[in-house]
Amino acid sequence: MKQKHLVLAMLVIVLSMLLVSGAVAADVYKIGGIFSVTGRASFLGDPEKKTMEMMVEQINAAGGIDGHRLEAVIYDSEGDPAKAVSAVNKLLHKDKVIAIIGPSTTPTTLAIVNFTKREKVPLISCAAGIKITTPVDPWVFKTAQSDLLAVAAVYQQMKTAGIKKIGILTVSNAYGESGKKQLLSQAEKFGIQVVLNESFGAKDTDTTAQLAKIKAAGPDAIVCWGTNPGPAVVAKNAKQLKIDIPLYQSHGVGSPKFIELAGDAANGNILPTGKILVTSLLDDTDPQKKVLEDYQKAYQNKFSGNVSGFGGYAYDAVNLLANALKGSSGDKEKIRDNLEATKGYVGATGEFNFTAQDHNGLSPAAFVMVEIQNGTWTLLK
Amino acid sequence: MQEIVQYLFSGITTGAVYAVIAVGLSMLYSSTELINFAHGEFVMIGALAMVTLWVRIGLPLPLAVAGAVAAGCMLGLVFERLAIRTARNPQPITLIIITVGASIFLKGAAMIVWGKDPFSMPSFSSHESIEIFGAALLPQSIWIVTAALVLAGGIHLFLKQTLTGKAMVACAVNKKAAWLSGIPSEKMGILAFGISAGCGAVAGIFIAPITMSSYDMGTILGIKGFCAAMIGGLGSLWGAFAGGLLLGILESLGAGLISSALKDAIAFVLLLLILYIRPGGLFAAKEAKRF
Repeated sequence: MKQKHLVLAMLVIVLSMLLVSGAVAADVYKIGGIFSVTGRASFLGDPEKKTMEMMVEQINAAGGIDGHRLEAVIYDSEGDPAKAVSAVNKLLHKDKVIAIIGPSTTPTTLAIVNFTKREKVPLISCAAGIKITTPVDPWVFKTAQSDLLAVAAVYQQMKTAGIKKIGILTVSNAYGESGKKQLLSQAEKFGIQVVLNESFGAKDTDTTAQLAKIKAAGPDAIVCWGTNPGPAVVAKNAKQLKIDIPLYQSHGVGSPKFIELAGDAANGNILPTGKILVTSLLDDTDPQKKVLEDYQKAYQNKFSGNVSGFGGYAYDAVNLLANALKGSSGDKEKIRDNLEATKGYVGATGEFNFTAQDHNGLSPAAFVMVEIQNGTWTLLK
Repeated sequence: MQEIVQYLFSGITTGAVYAVIAVGLSMLYSSTELINFAHGEFVMIGALAMVTLWVRIGLPLPLAVAGAVAAGCMLGLVFERLAIRTARNPQPITLIIITVGASIFLKGAAMIVWGKDPFSMPSFSSHESIEIFGAALLPQSIWIVTAALVLAGGIHLFLKQTLTGKAMVACAVNKKAAWLSGIPSEKMGILAFGISAGCGAVAGIFIAPITMSSYDMGTILGIKGFCAAMIGGLGSLWGAFAGGLLLGILESLGAGLISSALKDAIAFVLLLLILYIRPGGLFAAKEAKRF
């Protein structure tokens, strides 16, 4: 008899706890995050996670959204699509979030989009791959600039510099392949001829064979498309082979690490980059300058360490989502509609203007062209 | 013409690195019949130790090289003592799986010690590249090829001229008979481990200035070294050396003349072809199995 009472009492306690937590949950907007915090892509995921936590804290300190506190549930995908899928299932079914930010890389994003679409939960990816938003899915957005825009920015600069023939050298992984596709397909539009297209392995120790071949083909410039450390090897080899035509790099190397790795060989390299790298060089009239300065100050106060453009993707994603949450009372359909209606949001990455046909919302103006001189960035006009 | 020379230069440089790695692998195989899949990680340890000793601490170059080689050797001995000798069931397959495990462990440990970012290192000598037939020859390439030749020559002399070396050869030919005639075969195995790991470290030290060193650089280099040793005939010193050079040159010519996207494929298809025609490798002597 006594035991029965005990069981009953416990049941009551558990039930009341459930009720209480249910009541609390109604006041909180739960949003999910999936980032490659550890593993190969940790240089993306780590600043993204930190930025998201910082932003949520800031928003809560300012009173939340329409009186609702934000709560971030963040999982680490380790850059592994399988882990991203298990994370998204946890977010959707266990944590029941109303929107998701991330993942950090294109493969992990593509692995989870079907799950978020099915559950009709808005997703704002921080990955660059153009496949994420083409064709446009109503529930999927992204904040990172596409390769499409980076290539357009490079070709625009080449056109002004009078470069007509180029040789391209891309890394043989998803990043390089995607870049190669854009380089080849957009060349004609800018009146540029690709005379030779070569590739190198992400772990290759030497690329002189490829560079010698390109040099022999006699282009006006070489475009190298890859992420560290490969392009630094290319830059070093190009210097050793005394190749004196301009070497263009992709936005994938836009970090001080590239200059450190390539050393002297980095000088003279030209690349497109997000504005965050050159904030102090920007015109005061640039609307992004203030946003970037604020973000950098807040980030450096909290984490010590430099900001990167990657953290900026999460910065924009959280802000875009926070704006969309306003007046939505947590309704996912409304959040989605608000996101799609976003116009003229000036963020760390660029100015976002979403439409039903464009869920990236950026223009080539999100990139600036920089040249490395004496081991530091200089802005090209 | 100019390009062909350039492809050859670049092929010989990478080839010499593969050769040094292959020599280490082959050396260990002939004395212990063990294929060490953690061999590539010793290359990584050599390169990263060099980053620490030369770039960070600023030791003079010869001292830093000696230190990095010593670090590689020491690690090889520790590895033998802790992982290989303690194996309860020393079947070759068990030991090979242990080396795979050790490879993952070393990679993880290096990631913790040195972090995930790659490191860059200046060239050993600050000379300009030399032009021969219009192709650029890097000073570091000369360093690498010299180091490879000196190392292989040194091991050759050691095995042929010194008593310890001859004892090692004896162990390799017939362990039991060597033991019966008073050669401490176990000690020879340990020595082989040390030398093999040292070879790996040397490869890492000399390759570091032409490429970027990071905790995960070892695996692919280990595999390339393994291929080179197979081409030359596992267990043969100069066979492994020639195999390394051949693999490097094939890769570079494949990249230059056919397509860089197929670079690795060309090299591996040739490896399969060679093994199909000569299963023992190109330079494996028919009667004497090893050395």
